[in-house]
Amino acid sequence: MAQLDKTFPTLDCSICILAPKMIECFRHPSIDMLTYSEVKEVKGEAGNFAVRILKKPRYVDATRCTGCGTCMEKCPAKVPSEFDMGMGNRKAIYMPFKQAVPLIATIDTEHCLYFAKGICKVCQKVCPSNAVDFEQKPEETTVNVSSIILATGFDIFDPSVMSEYGYGRFKNVIHSMEFERTISASGPTDGHLVRPSDGKEPKSVVFVQCVGSRSQHGEFPFCSSVCCVYATKEAILIKEHAPETEVYIMYIDMRAVGKGFQEFVDRAKRERGIRYIKAHPGGIAEDPATKSLQMHYEDILTGEMKKLNADLVVLCPALIPKEDNKRIAETMGLELDECGFFKSRDTLTAPVDTNVPGIYICGYCQCPKDIPESVAQASGAAARAAETITCTTKGARA
Amino acid sequence: MSKSEKPRIGVFVCHCGVNIGGVVNVPEVVEYAKTLPNVVYAEGNLYTCSSEGLSKIKEAVKKYDLNKVVVASCTPRTHEPLFRSACEEAGLNKYVFHMANIREHCSWVHSKEPKKATEKAEGTIKMAVAKAALLEPQEEPEIDVQPSALVIGGGVTGMTAALSLANQKFSVHLVEKENALGGKLKDLYQLYPKDTYSSEVLEEYVQAVRSNPNIKVYTSSIVKQNEGFIGNFKVTIDHKGKQETLDIGTIIVATGADVLKPEGLYCYGQSENIITQLELEKLIKEKKLEEPKDVVMIQCVGAREDKEGGRNYCSRICCAVAVKNALQIKELFPDAEVSILYRDMQTYGKDFEEQYGKARENFVQFIRYDSENPPEVFTRPDGKLAVKVHDILVNATLELEPDLIVLSTPLIQYEEAKQLSKILKVPLGADGFFLEAHVKLRPVDFATDGIFVCGTAHSPKTIAESIAQAYAAASRAGIPMALGRVRTEAITAFVDEDLCTGCGTCVKLCPYSAIRKDEHGIARAKDVLCKGCGVCAASCPERAINMRHFSDAQVLAEATAALGGK
Repeated sequence: MAQLDKTFPTLDCSICILAPKMIECFRHPSIDMLTYSEVKEVKGEAGNFAVRILKKPRYVDATRCTGCGTCMEKCPAKVPSEFDMGMGNRKAIYMPFKQAVPLIATIDTEHCLYFAKGICKVCQKVCPSNAVDFEQKPEETTVNVSSIILATGFDIFDPSVMSEYGYGRFKNVIHSMEFERTISASGPTDGHLVRPSDGKEPKSVVFVQCVGSRSQHGEFPFCSSVCCVYATKEAILIKEHAPETEVYIMYIDMRAVGKGFQEFVDRAKRERGIRYIKAHPGGIAEDPATKSLQMHYEDILTGEMKKLNADLVVLCPALIPKEDNKRIAETMGLELDECGFFKSRDTLTAPVDTNVPGIYICGYCQCPKDIPESVAQASGAAARAAETITCTTKGARA
Repeated sequence: MSKSEKPRIGVFVCHCGVNIGGVVNVPEVVEYAKTLPNVVYAEGNLYTCSSEGLSKIKEAVKKYDLNKVVVASCTPRTHEPLFRSACEEAGLNKYVFHMANIREHCSWVHSKEPKKATEKAEGTIKMAVAKAALLEPQEEPEIDVQPSALVIGGGVTGMTAALSLANQKFSVHLVEKENALGGKLKDLYQLYPKDTYSSEVLEEYVQAVRSNPNIKVYTSSIVKQNEGFIGNFKVTIDHKGKQETLDIGTIIVATGADVLKPEGLYCYGQSENIITQLELEKLIKEKKLEEPKDVVMIQCVGAREDKEGGRNYCSRICCAVAVKNALQIKELFPDAEVSILYRDMQTYGKDFEEQYGKARENFVQFIRYDSENPPEVFTRPDGKLAVKVHDILVNATLELEPDLIVLSTPLIQYEEAKQLSKILKVPLGADGFFLEAHVKLRPVDFATDGIFVCGTAHSPKTIAESIAQAYAAASRAGIPMALGRVRTEAITAFVDEDLCTGCGTCVKLCPYSAIRKDEHGIARAKDVLCKGCGVCAASCPERAINMRHFSDAQVLAEATAALGGK
């Protein structure tokens, strides 16, 4: 969510509603936040789990680092930023984004010149707090808890697999998370919507829905549930930046099922002039000279094959189960469904419970859903966890 | 801080990355702030809300002995609590903090005029500093919270919330208007994914609720009246004319939704062979459905109407319900033809999409129509029903001859919700459903403290989604009860009894019933009920009412600064 520019259907600035939540978590007296850490082993049962956690070395002393960023300024090793989807750079010593919580630098040993070649150490020299520690070792800690909640989210499908769209080959075919970073004021272009090929503002943009999702024969038969409405939001953002831009959304079914979503889509059509085309996209061709694109599609309304010229195409890829799910499931004895999402104990009556009592799930890791639903489900998982704590703790409240 | 202590104000100007810094000349604004009266320190921050920025505030309070803090950044709606707690951590009362919004009110709306935006940011900070100089510490009274909850609605959502709270060892009062628990589940037959019988699920829930010693069930009962405030509601329940008042800590609204009767649409009511999905389920459940030859289901009947005053929203579940019932008919009567006339198939997510695929494999026909050109239902001269529809996928107009037409109608808010909304003083949205405090940050809270919403009372959703939301409401309602105490609003009205003439204007106008006259006829504001809206203070003809934290003097100082005065 930190990577998103705005969120639908209210167009709230994403980081602005997320940052206070992250800091509230960080500062809460009852929350012990372990970042850069992985669950390695879970033993025990509801009411009494022992969880072994690996704290990966940051090579920066968290108690000393103030997050001032001097090390990042001076570090000579540039690395494509994961947060900016590789469109901007970070350094080998870095904080993922400016409002990261906790704001502590981490050294990426793969790219750090000291770890690679034994030279440099500039960060250590410039750190005013003497926080850089190349000798830091991984640490293990075991916590005892009554219940566990999984909220591990999703991965983004790699659209280069679908070669007809030319993602990875054509510079001006991007995917929606790359779009979010482009249009975000904190992104690599400072919020200027420009084409990757020439830095010019696109005059026409096409969004393509269901890239990899709802595939009857492919790996991901499900609907990601959020793309129709986030594409609508992204289209509105383009219109806010440059009202003259032609914006098209190619879709199969317009799924705006959440509260206020259909109204949001209706307004996008009526007030913003965003054009929705019921279409089966065929493929994309690039003009090698201008790097402009031509979208080939079947117009569902007429059955005709048509072409549409676009300066920029934004693919909306399937949001898929995290690769790590298998490992976590094995560690905790959980079941995954046939797609790789964590399986509810009963999809109908126990949506946040798992097959293991005391372990609960919420958000996209259970199945596709939007932010309001994920947040509500998170509180739901918290209620189930609280029930476990109350039922398994002696001397609970009367 | 004593009143005589001289204000020592610190000003922190946030760049908010480029949100503010890209337009407003922050270094210039910081220099300007240093020149303002009572300002002893000013600095700029990349993100004042970052942990680094907050540490800077705390350091400066100590180093410069600040007794007031101004942050010029974004909106207090999201960030004020954060900055206030930073002040508290630095040993200040949080009410000596004031915020100047130079993002929403300035850089975002004046992004094309950086020079003027900078001037405006300076003016905004000047106002904030003028007010800050007069700020005084305030106290937030703490009140006890009764460990008992009221759940309104005895459907699957309400029962889930009640059970979760009861399992957390709170006492729960569950109120149901009908004479039996179960809500809409009573009318349904098989539930998704179709191998679960509604009656079995229901029986399990009712059994669990009935046998739980922490839950008291009130059937044939409605909420008649509600007084009080979070932790201390006094709720009057009416059971067939007999009334009982309960002491309640928190309230959960789980009143569900009705299904639209499509009067006047698609000839509904003119033939017993034109029914709704809910009526179809009832027929299947009671084994009264005679074998149909040809079934036509029409989606979006009275929903997704993009017109003024129309029912604009998508009811979310109807496509999945149609798919489920179509498969059900195919299973019962393998020879029956089933066609679903739809605009967009809303089979979102994983399981519904799978069912949709299964329906296509089982030869359910999907015919797509356009909202501009909806299907027509009519009776032929020979008395047979017919449906004319333009199939946009094959671009042809078809005439179907069904012997059963099933209309998929949306979930709608109950008429009684209006009454409940008034009794609880919680709002309904434009779509008629109960309106939460914030779509993403507080999806099951009402703006009124201590009252929560879940299930289809909030918006159309599936049973599983309603259950997840019921747990969410139980979690949110459980927090103040588990803590046992909550802090309330400090920004409240207070009456100068020497000036009050007892005219009663404020009593009539107060939207929260927080002001009453005492035995001497003098108006008295009750702090825990007062939300600090200021209606009373603005309307008092004697100027006898003042607002804490928004005193006349403070507001005038701000206005004077805005108009160029000192």
